[in-house]
Amino acid sequence: MALLKNRYVSLNETAEPKEKKSFFASLFSKKDEKPEVKEPPKKDDDIPAGSVKCPDCGSIYDKKELGSLKICPKCARYYRLNCKERIRLIADKDSFEEFDANMQPKDPLNFPGYAEKVASLQEKTGLKDAVITGKCTIGGFPAVLGVMDSGFMMASMGSVVGEKVTRAFEYATANRLPIVLFTCSGGARMQEGIVSLMQMAKVSAAAARHSEAGLLYITVLTDPTTGGVTASFAMLGDIILSEPKALIGFAGRRVIEQTIKQKLPDEFQHAEFLQEHGFVDKIVDREALPYTIRDILKIHSGKGGEE
Amino acid sequence: MMPAYDKVKIARKVSRPTAADYIEHIFEGFIELHGDRNFRDDKAVIGGIAFLGDIPVTVLGIQKGKNMEDNIACNFGQPHPEGYRKALRLMKQAEKFGRPVISFINTSGAYPGVGAEERGQGEAIAKNLMEMAALKVPTVSIVIGEGGSGGALALAVADRVWMLENSIYAVLSPEGFASILWKDAKRAKEAADLMKITAEDLLELGVIEKIIKEVDGGCQNDFGFTANLIKGKLEMEIPALMQKPVDELLDERYARFRKFGEFTE
Repeated sequence: MALLKNRYVSLNETAEPKEKKSFFASLFSKKDEKPEVKEPPKKDDDIPAGSVKCPDCGSIYDKKELGSLKICPKCARYYRLNCKERIRLIADKDSFEEFDANMQPKDPLNFPGYAEKVASLQEKTGLKDAVITGKCTIGGFPAVLGVMDSGFMMASMGSVVGEKVTRAFEYATANRLPIVLFTCSGGARMQEGIVSLMQMAKVSAAAARHSEAGLLYITVLTDPTTGGVTASFAMLGDIILSEPKALIGFAGRRVIEQTIKQKLPDEFQHAEFLQEHGFVDKIVDREALPYTIRDILKIHSGKGGEE
Repeated sequence: MMPAYDKVKIARKVSRPTAADYIEHIFEGFIELHGDRNFRDDKAVIGGIAFLGDIPVTVLGIQKGKNMEDNIACNFGQPHPEGYRKALRLMKQAEKFGRPVISFINTSGAYPGVGAEERGQGEAIAKNLMEMAALKVPTVSIVIGEGGSGGALALAVADRVWMLENSIYAVLSPEGFASILWKDAKRAKEAADLMKITAEDLLELGVIEKIIKEVDGGCQNDFGFTANLIKGKLEMEIPALMQKPVDELLDERYARFRKFGEFTE
C-alpha cells in the first residue's frame, strides 16, 4: 500500500495555506460554517439581499434559515448540497482524508469548448471535477466515502469521476473497508465520448471485486441520479438509500415523453416511485442520514466495517 | 476514408443482417431459450445454446427487425430490463456449465419508456456490467450494427470486443449527442465526426480488438463473406480463451476495462 498511500494526501497536509485556498483547507474551517446557497432564486427584484426564494413554495426567507441541512423551512424542499457541505454533514469532524485531490480531466475528443468549460467550473467551484473521494469515520466507523457534486457539469461521469470512484473501490477492497457513495449525475459526460461509456464498465468491475471480497457498499441516491451513473454504480449498492423526492432514473423525462408521446406524472422517477417499485431500500431524511449510515455500518462491522 | 456519418447510415440500414442471421449462419443446432424467469420474454434480446464447431456455447444477440411487424415484436432492437435480465440469466447458466458466451450487439439503446423505468432499466444494465465483469467463462462481443450507449455495453463487458467495419459504437447516438451539447439534433453529422464512433477510431482507442471486414457498401451485399469471417475468428479466439486459467482470464478482463480514462494528476 505504500505506493497507493503517496497518492492520498491527508487533510492536514493540504490545509497549509497556498496561493489559492484549497478545497479541503476550507472544508472544516470555522469561517466557513455557514453554507452558501448554490441555487440562487430567479432574479426577482423584490427579494432582499441575503434572502432566497424557494423554487417550490415561493416563500422568501433569509439564507440562514436554510441551515446546514439546506432544507426550506416552509415546505421542506431539499436544496442540493455541494460535496463540501455533504462531507461536513456525514463524516465525523476532522476525519476526512481526501484521495486523488489533484486529478483533473483531459480532452479526449478535443471537443470544442470543453477545456474552457472545465477550467471555468474549476475556478467557480474549487473542485477539479465532479466527485470527491476519501476515507473518514462515520459515527466512529471507518469507511471510504465518495460524494458527487451536481455543481460541476451536473456531475456527469467522465474519466475523472470513473477513475476516482474506481480507485475508491480498490482502496476499500485492499483495506477491507465499506464504501459509501453519494450519487447525483446527469449521466455519462458527452464531451469525453466513448471513454465516458467505458467508465461504467470500469467502475462496475471494481464494485464487483469489492463485493466478492464480502465487503459492504452503501449508495445514497440524491437529486438527480440519472443515466450512466444510475446504470452502473448507483444501482449496485448492497443497500440503496435515497433522499426524499430525489429524481432517480435511467432515461431522461423528456426523452421518455417524446418516445411515448404522453406527459408523465410528477411523481414519476421520484425516490418514492423507485421505492414503491422495489429499487430503493429506504428513503431517509437528510438529518437522519449520518445516523442511519452509522447504524448500517455497525450491523456490518466485521464485514467491511470496524474490525 | 468514409465520413463517420455515412457509416452511421450503413449501420442502421434496415436490410443489414441481424443478430438472428449471424446466429443461424455461424452456429450449429441453436436452441433458443426464452424469458427472464421473472416478468416476461423480451424479444429485443435473443439467446440460447448452440455449438461453435464442436464447442458448446451460449449465444446472445440484440435483435432488430427487417420489417414493421418484426420491429414491433422486437421493439426496434431496444431492450427492456427483462431483456437484459434474460441475457444475464443465460450468462449465469453458461457460467454454471462452463460454456463461453458470444454476444451480437445491435441497438440504438435501451428503451426509454415508463415500464422500463418502473422495472429498473438502470438496475438491469448496472447488474449486467457487474456480473459480466466477473463471469468465469470466456466472452466475446461483436458489434454488428449500432452499439448504442449503456444498452449496448450491458452485453459487451467482454474479453474481446470486435466491430464490423461499418458498425458504430458510441456513448449516445450522434443525434442525441448534438441535441444535448448543441441543442440541435440536425448537427448529427458534425457530431459523428467528433465522437470517435467508427471501428477504426475505436481500435485506435483500444475499445475493440478487431475490425471485421465487409464488402463495399456494407455486409448486406455479401452476408456470407462477413459471417464466415466472424465464424473463422471465433473458431480461433474461443479455444484460445478457453485455455486461460479463470483467474488470468478475469484479471485480463479487469485490466482491459481498467485502462480507460484520460486525466492528469
